[in-house]
Amino acid sequence: MFSNFDFDVIVRSLPYLFYDGMTFTLTLTALATAGAIVFGTLLALMRLSGLPPVALPAAGYVNLMRSVPLVLMIFWFYFLVPYIGQWITGASRPIQVGAFVSSLVTFTLFEAAFFCEIMRAGIQSIPRGQVAAAQALGMTYPQTMGYIVLPQAFRNMLPVLLTQTIILFQDTSLVYVLSITDFLGAASKVAQRDGRLVEMYLFAAAVYFAISFAASLFVRRLQRRVAIVR
Amino acid sequence: MNYNWNWGIFFQTSPDGVHTYLTTLLMGTGWTLATGLAAWCLALALGSLVGVIRTAPSAWLVHLGNAYVELFRNIPLLVQMFLWYFVLPELLPSAAGDWLKQLPDASFYTAVVALGFYTSARVAELVRAGILSLARGQRMAALALGLTQPQAYAYVLLPMAFRIILPPLTSEFLNTIKNSAVALTIGLMELTARARAMQEFTFQVFEAFTAATVIYLMINIVVTFAMRALERRTAVPGFIGAAPQVATH
Amino acid sequence: MITISHVSKWYRDFQVLKDCSTDVEKGEVVVVCGPSGSGKSTLIKCVNGLEPFQGGTITVAGISVGDRKTDLPKLRARIGMVFQHFELFPHLTVTRNLVLAQVKVLGRGKMESEQRAMQLLARVGLADHARKYPGELSGGQQQRVAIARALAMDPIAMLFDEPTSALDPEMINEVLDVMVALAADGMTMMVVTHEMGFARKVARRVVFMDHGEVVEDAPTAEFFGQPRSERARVFLSKILQH
Repeated sequence: MFSNFDFDVIVRSLPYLFYDGMTFTLTLTALATAGAIVFGTLLALMRLSGLPPVALPAAGYVNLMRSVPLVLMIFWFYFLVPYIGQWITGASRPIQVGAFVSSLVTFTLFEAAFFCEIMRAGIQSIPRGQVAAAQALGMTYPQTMGYIVLPQAFRNMLPVLLTQTIILFQDTSLVYVLSITDFLGAASKVAQRDGRLVEMYLFAAAVYFAISFAASLFVRRLQRRVAIVR
Repeated sequence: MNYNWNWGIFFQTSPDGVHTYLTTLLMGTGWTLATGLAAWCLALALGSLVGVIRTAPSAWLVHLGNAYVELFRNIPLLVQMFLWYFVLPELLPSAAGDWLKQLPDASFYTAVVALGFYTSARVAELVRAGILSLARGQRMAALALGLTQPQAYAYVLLPMAFRIILPPLTSEFLNTIKNSAVALTIGLMELTARARAMQEFTFQVFEAFTAATVIYLMINIVVTFAMRALERRTAVPGFIGAAPQVATH
Repeated sequence: MITISHVSKWYRDFQVLKDCSTDVEKGEVVVVCGPSGSGKSTLIKCVNGLEPFQGGTITVAGISVGDRKTDLPKLRARIGMVFQHFELFPHLTVTRNLVLAQVKVLGRGKMESEQRAMQLLARVGLADHARKYPGELSGGQQQRVAIARALAMDPIAMLFDEPTSALDPEMINEVLDVMVALAADGMTMMVVTHEMGFARKVARRVVFMDHGEVVEDAPTAEFFGQPRSERARVFLSKILQH
């Protein structure tokens, strides 16, 4: 059954797959995760602020992002970002942004909704007594959040945050719909050029599996070590 | 902003000469819902089975279940769809492979199978968490009465476990409907694909995608309400259903 | 020092505090006691503005707590508070727990803050545990650290909300000893507690609350010897049975 298959094509295309494809995937994952955690934490604080003019738009944003497929969002931002760029810089026509920037904006804004819910759960799990103690010492709201609540919330939610990062890593494969050369895109291009769909897609699946599985094992080990003793 | 808005575009006839753009979007919605529902049924059946065997007393069954879940959780959905659609026909004996390639609506069946298996792993996680969150005494009480393991699961453990995990299960159902959009890459003309097609033919980008967004939002609202009604009808008096902590996407 | 004047508080429709008045003079130790649900914890949390109140006024060293214009964090920095469940910050070492607010709220230098921290830890008998995390300490030790943390801010008054209620019996005394020593040093203290032995030893006055009202406010000897109200008599008989 496997005699017709030419697994050499994988070896030949390794540089392209990894230098072009995987670096795009990993860079996008890292930057989007960083941006999404920051923005997501901000959204969580907005939702928990108790002020309707602040909490409602944040809630609306999060619910919108969670109701719509990522694929649709990828298309949305691909067309929207040039117009936003035009509006921000006051140019005369929509600004051309590269595939990477468009993807980065999409993933940061989309995944922020999920990181928001994670951080919200984390912040709410901190006992109210901690806030009272911080306030009793005279700390302001920013100080209480910055030194007492958020550090503990992050520590508690670290495993879940990392698991969401793994999901983000897998989601980046969807940039395929814009024919962008991430890891899957690169594998696909080689597959179609050389007519070797089976080999390339099996290899891509194996690589995604290896990375995701290794990462999830790491998260499980981490879970046991970072629990804060109360 | 140099964009020409034209909301009337929905009532223009699409390139197929028969349907308006609005109708094509609705046809796409039909495929979205059909794919989502069919995949969900598959996911529920498979996922429950795998979730159960992961809590079984037999160690090798647990490992088998764990391997199943790890396999489908660590490969992106898109890659899984490609494997089912492009790779499977090539690995089967040529007669079966050819039959698969000739199948009408192949992208629909492939999407359902791929999405079904992908989601079943996540359902298995939830079912396992639900069963484990029940007090250990429940299983012991059932067995002490003389019920066999399968009976204990069927009459005691699973009915409560499912009620407990109903909220995250609702999330997974909604995810399944959304994930059907990924199948546009293998040619399924579901809602997002139709919106994209409309955008490519008419250049009315924002009208097309707004319509798709609105439709997804409405699907979300309807499903959420329906599931909440189901939660109320199946609630056990006096029991505060605490959903186990499982990260949902 | 602390003046509570006709304070009333509603939580939704339920009136938690009804026209409560009392005061604590400089250097005085006042014990607030009463059955659970009497509002005593709520009252003490109103003093440093952790709980808002709708009626009446509270002033601390002349500053009105309920006034909108009052800088609450600044006021709170001058009042120390010790909680029933200690509320040490679990992700910080003992030293850092004491240093954090000194640096960030009072603006003290790091060296000076750490010195003060070590001084206070020695005072409560826990200098050896400076580098440990709260999770590694017993309840009694944690509460003593909590007292030190509040003292690190050089407060003009200390509020105690049932400081020994969450402790195992054998640890209650080590905390009470610290509080007795504090009182002997002249600290102004308002203490919500069930520990009547402590009250008799150290308190100048006892305030008895029931159902949100101040029912009795008398010098210690009088309160224990001849309680004026029936409710206080009933409460005392139940408590002192032990």
